[in-house]
Amino acid sequence: MTKRNVFLSSLALMLPLALATVLVLHPTRAKSEDKASALEVRVDNFTFGPDMLTVPVNSTVTWVNKDDLPHTIASTDGVFKSKALDTEDKYSYTFAKAGTYAYFCSIHPKMVGKIVVQ
Amino acid sequence: MAKKTLLDPNASAFIEHDHNNDGIDRRGFLKCMAWAGTGALCVIEGGVLTSRALASDMGSKMKSHKMGELSFAQISDSHMGFNKPANPDVIATLQSAVDKIKALREQPEFILHTGDISHLSKPSEFDNVDQILKATNKEIFFVPGEHDVLNDEGAMFRERYGKNSKGQGWYSFDKNGVHFIGLVNVMNLKAGGLGTLGGAQLEWMEDDVKHLKSSTPIVVFAHIPLWSVYPQWGWGTDDSAQALSYLRKFGSVTVLNGHIHQTMQKVEGNITFHTAFSTAFPQPAPGQGEGPGPMKVPAEQLRSILGITDVNYVQGRHALAVVDSSLA
Repeated sequence: MTKRNVFLSSLALMLPLALATVLVLHPTRAKSEDKASALEVRVDNFTFGPDMLTVPVNSTVTWVNKDDLPHTIASTDGVFKSKALDTEDKYSYTFAKAGTYAYFCSIHPKMVGKIVVQ
Repeated sequence: MAKKTLLDPNASAFIEHDHNNDGIDRRGFLKCMAWAGTGALCVIEGGVLTSRALASDMGSKMKSHKMGELSFAQISDSHMGFNKPANPDVIATLQSAVDKIKALREQPEFILHTGDISHLSKPSEFDNVDQILKATNKEIFFVPGEHDVLNDEGAMFRERYGKNSKGQGWYSFDKNGVHFIGLVNVMNLKAGGLGTLGGAQLEWMEDDVKHLKSSTPIVVFAHIPLWSVYPQWGWGTDDSAQALSYLRKFGSVTVLNGHIHQTMQKVEGNITFHTAFSTAFPQPAPGQGEGPGPMKVPAEQLRSILGITDVNYVQGRHALAVVDSSLA
């Protein structure tokens, strides 16, 4: 085998590997981005968006207040409760146990939402 | 045309349905009151309802009219600390409200503040309001709004404004034969619900009015409306019907609220309901727009939809005269 042939065959071996690496890395990255945005609840115009969110156990959900008025995130059963969140303030809670967690804004109780942990 | 009618001091044309033959027409009263936001004065004069505009030249006309034996003012929703585009300077507009009160020809004996003193329950916000209101030189009675009890179940509010109050901050007092009841309906709110008074407060209220003669005029003041203005936006109180049932025996009941940042009136039997302007920012009419948040209007219009309320009671008359005037 000539040096050139060795080089070519190495290249031939490496190319699919490199392609595979790109293919593997890319969906992984995309997936983690999806996951991050899916675990955020926007508090906007007196509603939680989405008002129902399903997440795996040990997920951390972050609420961000986009309104000009303060809101709170309060579990209906008293499991968690944020302080009043001013505009752009965030609150996070990690759900260690499976279950359905109903919550509301204790300042504007017409605002209700649900986190389903599976 | 409408303005001309409004300016006509002989506005008895508003009386269309005088069922009780007492010169007072409930529907006419409402119609008259609907002008309140533009600065009308509705007053029962010699048993006849009249409406007057709150123009600056009213002073001379008012002299011939014997004003109430009790006069007080209501301010609401000062939201000190709010700084968004709907009103970047809530200090200036509260200051204007104070100037407006000081300029009232019939000086109010005291002031009611129906809550949302602060925007975020911060000590500095309460301090700023106290400082500005001090210039009125008047006694001020407060009830909390939901913005005043954000992170401590109202402990700081009661420390500042409710030293002699019961429970979560409710109380009553008497002035010139009128019985005033300050209620708290912004705490322990339940998911999916509206404002709440709660069992303990209702029990106290029933007991509070039990000994009063039915001829005693009653004024109830609380932050969230005690009538169903627009439940979809949380503009109502879940157990208000229970509270109002204790007041059925009285000849004259006036309910004063804030929270919805706009004037609104309703007469139901012996009870007149009224909501006040905010001194900070307007909110949309019920169901108009996407939600009940701050409404941005052109800067030059803002002061025309913020304001104060002025209430006069004339002994022996049926209803208190409730007058709204804008800051414009």
